[in-house]
Amino acid sequence: MTTDISNLKNAIEVRNLDFFYGKFKGLKGINLNIAENKVTAFIGPSGCGKSTLLRTFNRMYDLYPGQRAEGEINLYGENILDKGRDLNLLRSKVGMIFQKPTPFPMSIYDNIAFGVKLYESLNKSDMDERVEWALNKAALWGEVKDKLNQSGLSLSGGQQQRLCIARGVAVKPSVLLLDEPTSALDPISTGKVEELVHELKNDYTVAIVTHNMQQAARVSDFTAFMYLGELIEFNETKQIFLKPDRKETEDYITGRFG
Amino acid sequence: MDVSIYKARKRANSIGLILSMVAMILGMVVLLWILFILLTKGFAALNVDFFTQSTPAPGSEGGGLANAITGSLLIVTTCTLISTPIGILAGIFLSEYGDRSKVASVTRFVTDIMLSAPSIVIGLFVYAIIVAQVKHFSGWAGTVALCLLAVPVIVKTTENMLRLVPNTLREATYALGTPKWKVSLSVVLRAAKSGVMTGILLAVARVSGETAPLLFTALNNQFYSTNMNKPMSNLPVVIYQFAFSPYENWINLAWGGALLITLTVLGLNIVARVFFREKS
Repeated sequence: MTTDISNLKNAIEVRNLDFFYGKFKGLKGINLNIAENKVTAFIGPSGCGKSTLLRTFNRMYDLYPGQRAEGEINLYGENILDKGRDLNLLRSKVGMIFQKPTPFPMSIYDNIAFGVKLYESLNKSDMDERVEWALNKAALWGEVKDKLNQSGLSLSGGQQQRLCIARGVAVKPSVLLLDEPTSALDPISTGKVEELVHELKNDYTVAIVTHNMQQAARVSDFTAFMYLGELIEFNETKQIFLKPDRKETEDYITGRFG
Repeated sequence: MDVSIYKARKRANSIGLILSMVAMILGMVVLLWILFILLTKGFAALNVDFFTQSTPAPGSEGGGLANAITGSLLIVTTCTLISTPIGILAGIFLSEYGDRSKVASVTRFVTDIMLSAPSIVIGLFVYAIIVAQVKHFSGWAGTVALCLLAVPVIVKTTENMLRLVPNTLREATYALGTPKWKVSLSVVLRAAKSGVMTGILLAVARVSGETAPLLFTALNNQFYSTNMNKPMSNLPVVIYQFAFSPYENWINLAWGGALLITLTVLGLNIVARVFFREKS
């Protein structure tokens, strides 16, 4: 099934994507487009393949032998599944935020600067500016501006997650992948991160996996419902939540299964 | 509710508790006994001469262990400087690069064997490949022998500590476009820093008390010397030789040396533990 939102520019186009964990087929013939500067949410019960799909967009699965993808994933027209792709360059353009906060064991400042230094050589004042900019983007600057030299591990869980978002934003990727970014956070931190996602789409294309359907409804422009490795329905979020085409989607979002 | 089941369980619990307390006390008593004897006999030997004079000639009065202390410091420090990078890099290879490859499993197997190899065998090995070839004992030969003992300890702890670093942290680092070597060195190794440091300190603590490997390699030197190409005095061998001597001042020096080594090892272990606790 291909859903085309023809009047928008696509950042990512997925074509006939199959994914294998060894012999197990985790994704079956996925086709979808992720529109530029929009938030696309992936929902579905556990094990449906939504995280697997997200992890193909920056080829994170490549770290694990035995996992492979077949088909095409075009990032601005270039197939990222091509053999010769430089994965480090790809990942610098397609950032990812994970379920659990993963601050590096270094200062708050260095957490942000680490990724920037990989691909840009900035002088001290430019770097300071970039760190402040990124922390502002993640709505964290006010809370940490006086303790940039403290360890990133000293922050609370919600702050750590926003630090990770700032770190991902700081390298200025074109796409940000969020893999259940709030499932380890309390409601207040969740609210902050959700606001952030709203802000982020002005500059970035965002793809977010979430277990929380209200969250998908709140933050996303488009929603994909997945089940058992297949893309069941993909449409504007409003459509999915108000008038889904498919029975399975309706059953899931009304809580009848999953 | 059957109270008798609960009572039986409580009884079994107290019996288990008493048995483990007895075992603990037995272990502690022996340890404290050793420490007590060391402290009483060792402290009597400690004075200014102990740290400034070299080992006395047979029959002469007084003397100290300055040459042995310097020699031990030199050999153990050099050994640490050589073993640490080798051990850490090998540990990184095993945990981050080799993983399940053939090279890695062979390395792991050999490391495990080396960990349990009797130190006298290591001493003989170094005697055969170095001392017998250049035809004299030397500080360097002693250093090599100690390295062979220290490297496996460091490799093993480094690998184990790196494996404790959650994969999510590696993924998060890769997600920024970080090349693999930088993921390993800048993030994973740093996250495991305190554990790796502990491994190094424990390795140093282990080699600083080893006698057998030095007996065939560094041997001993009656005079103060910092020449690593010459036979070199060191605490364990001096203790070994002096403890069996007929001279009272030698025996006293042996006690003092034993106390010094014990306190150093104890200190290193405590430092290692404090290091580790800070993190976890």
